[in-house]
Amino acid sequence: MGKEKNIKLSSKNLDVFYGDFHVLKNVDMNIHENEVTALIGPSGCGKSTYLRMFNRMNDYIDIFSKKGDVLMDNVEIYNKNIEVEELRKHVGMVFQKPNPFPKSIYENVIYGLKIQGIKNKSILDEAVEKSLKQAALWDEVKDDLKKNALALSGGQQQRLCIARTLATEPSVILMDEPTSALDPIASSKLEDLIFELKENYTIVIVTHNMQQAGRVSDRTAFFYMGNLIEYGSTKKLFTSPKEERTQNYITGRFG
Amino acid sequence: MNYGKRNKLIGLRLKRSELFTTLLGQFQKIPFRNSTIKMNYRKRNKLIDKSFKLIGIFSTFIGLILLAYFLVDIFYDGLGRIDLDFLSNLPSRKAEKAGILPAWVGTSWILGLTAMVSIPIGVAAGVYFEEYAKKNRLNNFLEVNIANLAGVPSIIYGLLGLEIFVRMFNLGGSLLTGAFTLTLLILPIIIVATREAVKAVPKSLREAAYGLGATKWQTVWTQVLPAASGGIMTGTILALSRAIGETAPLIVIGALAYVPFIPSTPMDEFTVLPMQIFNWTTRPQHAFLVNAAAAIIVLLFITFLMNGIAIHLRNKWQKKVNW
Repeated sequence: MGKEKNIKLSSKNLDVFYGDFHVLKNVDMNIHENEVTALIGPSGCGKSTYLRMFNRMNDYIDIFSKKGDVLMDNVEIYNKNIEVEELRKHVGMVFQKPNPFPKSIYENVIYGLKIQGIKNKSILDEAVEKSLKQAALWDEVKDDLKKNALALSGGQQQRLCIARTLATEPSVILMDEPTSALDPIASSKLEDLIFELKENYTIVIVTHNMQQAGRVSDRTAFFYMGNLIEYGSTKKLFTSPKEERTQNYITGRFG
Repeated sequence: MNYGKRNKLIGLRLKRSELFTTLLGQFQKIPFRNSTIKMNYRKRNKLIDKSFKLIGIFSTFIGLILLAYFLVDIFYDGLGRIDLDFLSNLPSRKAEKAGILPAWVGTSWILGLTAMVSIPIGVAAGVYFEEYAKKNRLNNFLEVNIANLAGVPSIIYGLLGLEIFVRMFNLGGSLLTGAFTLTLLILPIIIVATREAVKAVPKSLREAAYGLGATKWQTVWTQVLPAASGGIMTGTILALSRAIGETAPLIVIGALAYVPFIPSTPMDEFTVLPMQIFNWTTRPQHAFLVNAAAAIIVLLFITFLMNGIAIHLRNKWQKKVNW
């Protein structure tokens, strides 16, 4: 893997609770800059919850509470001085099901900028073109930016959601099973895109698809029942896992 | 051996052939008996089925026939009376000269003012309950009682309006008092409709906005409310069409039955169509009853028009909501 890259995100002794339910147990993990980190594990193992810690999406759950630290660029993001809206401009998120706004393609991409109060048309136009190009969608939609986003195919919608996220110029992109609602061709397009994006972004992806984790990620973390069982380079984890549970999971014996 | 034992126990000692014929006999008898039972059962069920259908049709037709009778009667009496003069004349002691100008202008005023006051308050309250309020006992209590308020008789709202707006705020029997009172009356309906519409907005839409750094207010204003607007408008229009048909609360706050002028400011006294109709039906002369029938047609037209718009919006919204 060559030189160790900077640590972008990390958690230290992180415990997460939903009421009495202990969702994440003492998770210690570093996520490196400009890499793709895959989070795998059976349903309910806490991987999505862990992903959502980094843009504080769990704040909306009434019974959520946590212990320990979550850091981005060595700053505790649950600190009182951190504005959660500001944080989310730097940490974008792509969801399981494509969720474009029921508006035009153009409106979708500029939403993140518009809510920051940016109204200058040339800035917005530029951002739309740049983001859509980065998300590999520009050529398909450039002639019809006024088209309703819901009229796009599932794969196009998901790439639009990525473009929408890129428009706010984040440094981290969180992806929560981004291909689970897509057909194989759209999925592979998205994987290519992820591969390209890691040049400039730090990407954390939750996936149920072992092959996908193997293909796109540099490092993989295996979660089981709220514990981080094993974390290391994807190659190593898939070829010679240290833990038997990891071995069993990636070979499909349980989960 | 076991068989023998068991047969002994139940007092039967049969050879195999005997057993067979006995069983065959049973077999022949039982299906026959069974089928008669089943036939009766089926027949009865079919009968219930049919009779319920007939009762259903009958019940539907009672409503329809009564409504049709009412409509035909009203149209027969009043349709010939409606012309431009009827719409543009002031009320008069002479039935043939009397018109409904102040009444329908008053109804329009009331409709506009009530909408202006009730929609912002009702929508804000509905959004508060769905998006902001914590799920605690106080809010639970408030929610239940807002639903209860929708069932309070309208004359009680009239008394409330009389005390607060006429006496405390000294607004008199003005359009403003009428609009405020009717706002009280329809607020619960708007709040409940808003809540339902906001609840139906998918969580994924909110997450998308939050994920891009939108505040709660931005999420509500730019995404949730537009997505819920169809449902909110449907509920609001139905509530408003109820408001313009109300008479009792307006009588209580002192709206006039005889208004020989057109209200031009919100502080003017007023009458509305239902009050005008009420006034005319109390007259002994037949010509005034004809006037009342004609005014009823106008009021019905407005109400049906509003309900039609509401249905149209609902259909449009339902088609759009499947993202």
